[in-house]
Amino acid sequence: MKNLLTPKNIKTVVGIVAIYGIIQLLISTNILSDYYQVTLAMICINIILAVGLNLITGFTGQFSLGHAGFMSIGAYTSALITINMTGEYSFYVGILGGAGLAAVVGFIIGMPTLRLKGDYLAIATLGMAEIIRIMMLNLDFTGGAAGLSGIPQYTNWLWLFVFSAGTVLVTRNFINSSHGRACISIREDEIASEAMGVNTTKYKVLAFVIGAFFAGIAGALYSSYFYFIKPDLFGFLKSIDILVIVVLGGMGSLTGSILAAILLAIISTYLQSFPELRMVIYSLLLVIIMIFRPKGLMGSKEFSLGGFPGNLSLPWKKSAKVKDEG
Amino acid sequence: MEILSVKNLTKSFGGLMAVSNANIVLNKGELVGLIGPNGAGKTTVFNLLTGVYVPSSGSVEFSTAKGVKKLNGLKPYAITRLGMARTFQNIRLFKDLTVLDNVRIAMHSNIRYGLMTTFLRLPSFFREEMETVQKAERLLEIFNLNSKKAELAKNLPYGEQRRLEIARALATNPSILLLDEPAAGMNPNETAELTDLIQWIRKEFDLTILLIEHDMSLVMKICERLYVLDYGTVIAEGKPEEIKINKRVIEAYLGEEVLDA
Repeated sequence: MKNLLTPKNIKTVVGIVAIYGIIQLLISTNILSDYYQVTLAMICINIILAVGLNLITGFTGQFSLGHAGFMSIGAYTSALITINMTGEYSFYVGILGGAGLAAVVGFIIGMPTLRLKGDYLAIATLGMAEIIRIMMLNLDFTGGAAGLSGIPQYTNWLWLFVFSAGTVLVTRNFINSSHGRACISIREDEIASEAMGVNTTKYKVLAFVIGAFFAGIAGALYSSYFYFIKPDLFGFLKSIDILVIVVLGGMGSLTGSILAAILLAIISTYLQSFPELRMVIYSLLLVIIMIFRPKGLMGSKEFSLGGFPGNLSLPWKKSAKVKDEG
Repeated sequence: MEILSVKNLTKSFGGLMAVSNANIVLNKGELVGLIGPNGAGKTTVFNLLTGVYVPSSGSVEFSTAKGVKKLNGLKPYAITRLGMARTFQNIRLFKDLTVLDNVRIAMHSNIRYGLMTTFLRLPSFFREEMETVQKAERLLEIFNLNSKKAELAKNLPYGEQRRLEIARALATNPSILLLDEPAAGMNPNETAELTDLIQWIRKEFDLTILLIEHDMSLVMKICERLYVLDYGTVIAEGKPEEIKINKRVIEAYLGEEVLDA
């Protein structure tokens, strides 16, 4: 236990609490208006989604294009639970139920599709997300194309923060363990990984299930924040949005995903004032960022709160050094 | 005592017989060479033994501490866990990971902590991680790589990458080690060093070694027995001195004598 109270860990905890406190203060004093609070909610939800997808695509190397499918399962499950139950605890049941069901579906879909590689896997996951969307569109209890409305609103800043910080911490712990290293070794070289005793099928499915679980949480938070969901929200474009965050932040960098989620949300919020040019500028910015940082904002580097502030310029310096050697 | 017995091992890819009716026996503690001209099927034999390919027919039996196991149809990771490790002809390190991580990944099957321990960082996580690092560092020390443990594997010089691959294979705690052209691309000095290293690890880790190699100086010096493969068939077996003068082996390498020349 003594190794828990290192300066690094203390700084991390202080950092996490500080981020929560500062933003809570901004909300209470109304400096962050309702309009920006919506952006804030989207940032948190996107962080959870992107971290989950990064685990699958960035760390384990399995290209998935169906992340919005798992999000919709979480959203619909928790919406139906909170609508049909009363009391605030229905929200907890909803989140757990949504995430749990998304994980189960992830397992069922992952078992057969993860035998595929690269482009084939991408197409298979894309297809399965479409199947989920069409089901939501045609089932009776999901409300069809009109979707579900009047979902009780329980999601607030506290829950958004707890779940996004929790997702990041749990994923970080996973990545820096023997199980996480097994996943990374699959990305690096699947044949060598299996020759070193790693059950590659098991770890691919595991990463997929964990990612789906987080997407389920994100969906549940989403439905309970915006109190309205419909199948169109979870289409192909949503999956691409999440993938863009992962690639832009850096495949295999958790902090990269966080940074990209924040940056993209801010950009698109500010671009609301130019509706005609919004998507043009947005796409142009993506192209420019990818030209100047082809491996994403962070590459595969991480930024840790524990090393703050000495590491502020580190990711950039380090990547420059690697370039020289290469 | 036989540790590995391969009987009538056959693998065909469509109409091509890559390996046909190969019989190979390894006794415990032996250092056996598998040689043959390019394309003879040597690496295919390795891939069949380690489960990368499923044999078309024939059997592979491996005596482990827990009794004799049939390897046909087992997945590569399961075979590795039974105690058979390998290196690759074209180095397959985890290039973008550190030297230490390369070795730690190979120790994966010894890890006992579960997922919940991982997510919540319970004390047993830290204890086992520390043990793993210590074991990995000891292994790297042996291979003279510990000073480079934080380097990315791809930044190591070629000879050190070869050494790291052997270290990584040993980290899986094998009883049989398969080396696929360990000296490929090495200069004579490096090859001589590697020769000593192979003999030393065999004693130190109590290993049985099967190696594929084209460098005859290494093969003739350290192998106790040789199998010669040509067009997927074992054409000769015996001590290095016997193989050197075996007519069929010379024919396989140099072609038949032209009598009326």
